[in-house]
Amino acid sequence: MAETEKTSIVVFSGDMDKVFAAFIIATGAAASGMEVSMFFTFWGLKAIQKGNLTGKGFLGKMVGLMNRGGIETIGPSRFNFGGIGRWMFKKMMKDKKVVGLSELLETAIDLDVELYACKMSMDVMEIAKEDLIDEVKGLIGVAGYIKEASEAGVTLFI
Amino acid sequence: MQTDRTEDCRGQLCPMPIVNMARAIKKMEAGQVLELWADDEGAHADVPAWCAKTGNELLDKEDAGDYSKYFVKKTA
Repeated sequence: MAETEKTSIVVFSGDMDKVFAAFIIATGAAASGMEVSMFFTFWGLKAIQKGNLTGKGFLGKMVGLMNRGGIETIGPSRFNFGGIGRWMFKKMMKDKKVVGLSELLETAIDLDVELYACKMSMDVMEIAKEDLIDEVKGLIGVAGYIKEASEAGVTLFI
Repeated sequence: MQTDRTEDCRGQLCPMPIVNMARAIKKMEAGQVLELWADDEGAHADVPAWCAKTGNELLDKEDAGDYSKYFVKKTA
């Protein structure tokens, strides 16, 4: 059998709809026998944060407050209307029995999808390692990402 | 058809029928046949695609009214 194929996904967006797409592709690829790694950077970090308030300095705390982490807190890229859109999409998805983001994240972890966080974004936004879920495999930089991506046949930036 | 395991994915939408099919196949022995039940129309295209990608064999597909039965032989 051929060497295991790889998929590498950069999750830059912290929007519910785009993070959904990222996790659906990740779980689908893992279920198809591929090795999958996801790199969460900038707004995307929200998806792998525990959801506690973050930040050390004043500005960092403001970012932590306005850009609260946690996969269930994130809203859609359009029609959010201060949280109403998030509620609406969650309800519509639940009614149609589409699995939620939390369950997709759990499924990805269960299928051995590797989760990495961008250290530089964490520094800028004052997000500590302790603010991320325990399943995050490592904090990496661009070289770590390039190494993974160069070995992958499918690379996506979401 | 003689099957070794049945996986009921009715009511599930993408990507869960595929994820659960992969999980079920993983637990089976080579040569065994999985009977997958799904009513997601996306599965019509996704089950054959998954089989082609992973090297497992789609033996047959049966219409069961409001859902479909897929017979997948574990060959990979």
